[in-house]
Amino acid sequence: MPDTVTAAEASPSGSLDGDYDDAAGYYTPGTPLVDGKAPEGPIADRWQNRKFEARLVNPANRRKLSIIIVGTGLAGASAAATLGEAGYNVKTFCYQDSPRRAHSIAAQGGINAAKNYKEDGDSVHRLFYDTVKGGDYRSRESNVYRLAEVSTNIIDQCVAQGVPFAREYGGLLDNRSFGGVQVSRTFYARGQTGQQLLIGAYQALERQIAAGTVSMFTRHEMLELIVADGKARGIIARDMVTGEVQTHLADVVVLASGGYGNVFYLSTNAMGSNVTAAWRAHRKGAYMANPCYTQIHPTCIPVSGSHQSKLTLMSESLRNDGRIWVPKNQADCDKDPRDIAEEDRDYYLERIYPSFGNLVPRDIASRAAKNVCDEGRGVGPEVDGVRRGVYLDFADAIERLGRDAVANKYGNLFDMYARITGEDPYSVPMRIYPAVHYVMGGLWVDYDLQSTIPGLFVTGEANFSDHGANRLGASALMQGLADGYFVLPHTIRDYLADGPFEAIGEDHPAVVEARTSVTERIEHFLTVNGTRSVDSYHRELGNIMWEYCGMERTETGLKKAIDLIRGLRDDFYRNVKVLGTNESLNQSLEKAGRVADFIELGELMCIDALNRRESCGGHFRGESQTEDGEALRHDDEFAYVSAWEWAGLDERPVLHKEDLSYTAIEMKQRSYK
Amino acid sequence: MNLTLKIWRQPDAVSAGAMHTYQLADVSPDMSFLEMLDVLNEQLNDQGEDPIAFDSDCREGICGMCGLMINGDAHGPEVTTTCQLHMRSFTDGETITIEPWRSDAFPVIKDLVVDRGAFDRIIQAGGYVSVNTGSAPEAHSVPVPKDDADRAFNVATCIGCGACVAACPNGSASLFMGAKVTHLGLLPQGQPERDERVVNMVAQHDHEGFGGCTNIGACTAACPKEIPLDVISQLNKDLRIAIKHGH
Repeated sequence: MPDTVTAAEASPSGSLDGDYDDAAGYYTPGTPLVDGKAPEGPIADRWQNRKFEARLVNPANRRKLSIIIVGTGLAGASAAATLGEAGYNVKTFCYQDSPRRAHSIAAQGGINAAKNYKEDGDSVHRLFYDTVKGGDYRSRESNVYRLAEVSTNIIDQCVAQGVPFAREYGGLLDNRSFGGVQVSRTFYARGQTGQQLLIGAYQALERQIAAGTVSMFTRHEMLELIVADGKARGIIARDMVTGEVQTHLADVVVLASGGYGNVFYLSTNAMGSNVTAAWRAHRKGAYMANPCYTQIHPTCIPVSGSHQSKLTLMSESLRNDGRIWVPKNQADCDKDPRDIAEEDRDYYLERIYPSFGNLVPRDIASRAAKNVCDEGRGVGPEVDGVRRGVYLDFADAIERLGRDAVANKYGNLFDMYARITGEDPYSVPMRIYPAVHYVMGGLWVDYDLQSTIPGLFVTGEANFSDHGANRLGASALMQGLADGYFVLPHTIRDYLADGPFEAIGEDHPAVVEARTSVTERIEHFLTVNGTRSVDSYHRELGNIMWEYCGMERTETGLKKAIDLIRGLRDDFYRNVKVLGTNESLNQSLEKAGRVADFIELGELMCIDALNRRESCGGHFRGESQTEDGEALRHDDEFAYVSAWEWAGLDERPVLHKEDLSYTAIEMKQRSYK
Repeated sequence: MNLTLKIWRQPDAVSAGAMHTYQLADVSPDMSFLEMLDVLNEQLNDQGEDPIAFDSDCREGICGMCGLMINGDAHGPEVTTTCQLHMRSFTDGETITIEPWRSDAFPVIKDLVVDRGAFDRIIQAGGYVSVNTGSAPEAHSVPVPKDDADRAFNVATCIGCGACVAACPNGSASLFMGAKVTHLGLLPQGQPERDERVVNMVAQHDHEGFGGCTNIGACTAACPKEIPLDVISQLNKDLRIAIKHGH
């Protein structure tokens, strides 16, 4: 057990300050968790102090130390490039055919940085403040401050790499405001910022591969973590082309394996994004923090039929000029929207939130859309008996600004919409619906980004630390690159300074155990020979998660979901049908392992949501709302990170709480009325 | 819609492949091309036949992972990625032929999946700016004219899907290389390594077995990101100048 867990007394099971605890029967209370690495003192000095205190590793010794990095998106590629050039031996793994495919590439909007180039009152402190507030006071202030602090270095680094950010006529960088923020701090490369930043990190990584400091394993998937003598010492990976199960040993392991939004089946995540690397680490002792925190993005293209495999996000900037409405009367829902009279339209956001209107935060816009569709006033095709869509109407904007001006601003998004739906958004209102986009939960890490397993570090979306209960626009790219370029390389050296580590061989019991567990799992999937496809289980899991652990959760719904998921897991192991062999590319086999892990994660997400008897960020507990139906936080009871320890299959997970305290910022309730 | 699908099946890199014919009913025009293949795969799985392997990941037209020859065209009849091609582009009763990318430098791994590792190796040969982390100057210290930055962005949008190679009768990757050489060549940050970059990338390209460019233009016609043909002229110009400089 790492020294970050204190020996304080566990709270008695089932009691929560004398209140009824919904989740009491589903978990075991554990010891509180403290992030022991966060430095004390003024917040502005903490990162500088930590960097100075972190021990150094002599360049000659770096060659003797080895690092495994799983995942090569913004966080993984930037970390691999940086640690490679520092002189360590780095091995990186990704499931795609090239690191350039990582899903960071799909981020559209931009990346925040406190450069204050517009002299509009921005500062490191303001970026920090906005981020903590936006996360509904459920993130760590020390981490967020550091993120804001290094944000400026990220822009310098990317520009030096040749990332073609938007520029003004004078040749200097342009900025825009984004995601409801009142200062212009977002750097962007048209609607493809994520792509350009990832290509920058990818090129830096390829440069190190050519230099021989980094070895790249593409089409490889981590299937198990090796924990030997209490430390993370390697991984078991499967070569997805040959099926070869490989052992890779190192002195330290970094997971940069992204988020798990695909637990919902339909999401904006890439098809291959999965939780396996993180979940296998969780089963080996890494705590999973705030797993129920999922960002639901309000402006996605709605589902068109049961064949749908994924959802496409459209930039939120559309809400600047589009007006959102549904028919007042259910009877009008299948009419051509152009034939519905003005007085028969319900511009519900403008009605309920007159001061913010269509620009209310993501969670409020999302939940309001779900509510009107649940009332039966949704529009678009009926899928499974319900119309899930609301209009995003540009008719007024086109009349006010002219078609050309609208095309200049949003043309590429309109084209994308037309391509996917076959409808022309210039003449018929667009239809949008919320979709799962990003997860704020992930493996618990301390200030050094180290998990509860010594030697296992976690970066980017795979960790939990920086976003709280909500993620603001343009802050995910910032976190990925901050972790990989500027944070991890400093904190990992403090750990590596303990090296050289005792070599372990492939015959070490921990290695043998991990390998055996992988080969047995593969063997199991290939021999069940049941009747249902892997995808059908994934889809069913997704429906349960969306219905009961999506935008709105209730005690009854979550308990029902847990029962359903347990039943689904049983059936999956008995009745899944995976054809083919291990010894060649077998996409069904790959998916089977991932879906098995998603099922276990889904159950934990529901237990976490059950425990969190408050509404915060996008996590609306039906039982916790104001008289007006707004989200109601309970800071007195829930200002903590929930960090879950695996206790075994069919065992209750153990809940460790890390209290969140704020010294540089005051906690406030949100109001968007 | 009801469709007849003729699809290339090849169990692995060393086995011989062949076209197989499948019937698929009830295809919705709203499905993406890959969702149509998902549905076919569910049908094959039910029948106990190995599902067809194909690559896809983001399904938003940006990661570059997907790519099929559809009726002989890279990414099919429209200028887009395969994941953004929808079945409304086809007609009821149509026969659609689906093959993997055609190129010796992209060997087939299984069915419709090919190995595009050669693209990464071309980037390794010089498709980057050598800057170490933490040593970058202040971003505003190097202004870039807006027109150059915009044009650099336009060509930097290459997604590395390989459609240019698959469409080229010579199997040349000149459009892919030209996009990167032009992107970095337009920016002040890319100048110090400009000569070396183009020479090394072209050498790696030839080493990988890609063919020479004869300015046919099939690459740019197939490119889902509409990378213009003149990046190849820029590539040739940069190469000529580098050789003149003695590289």
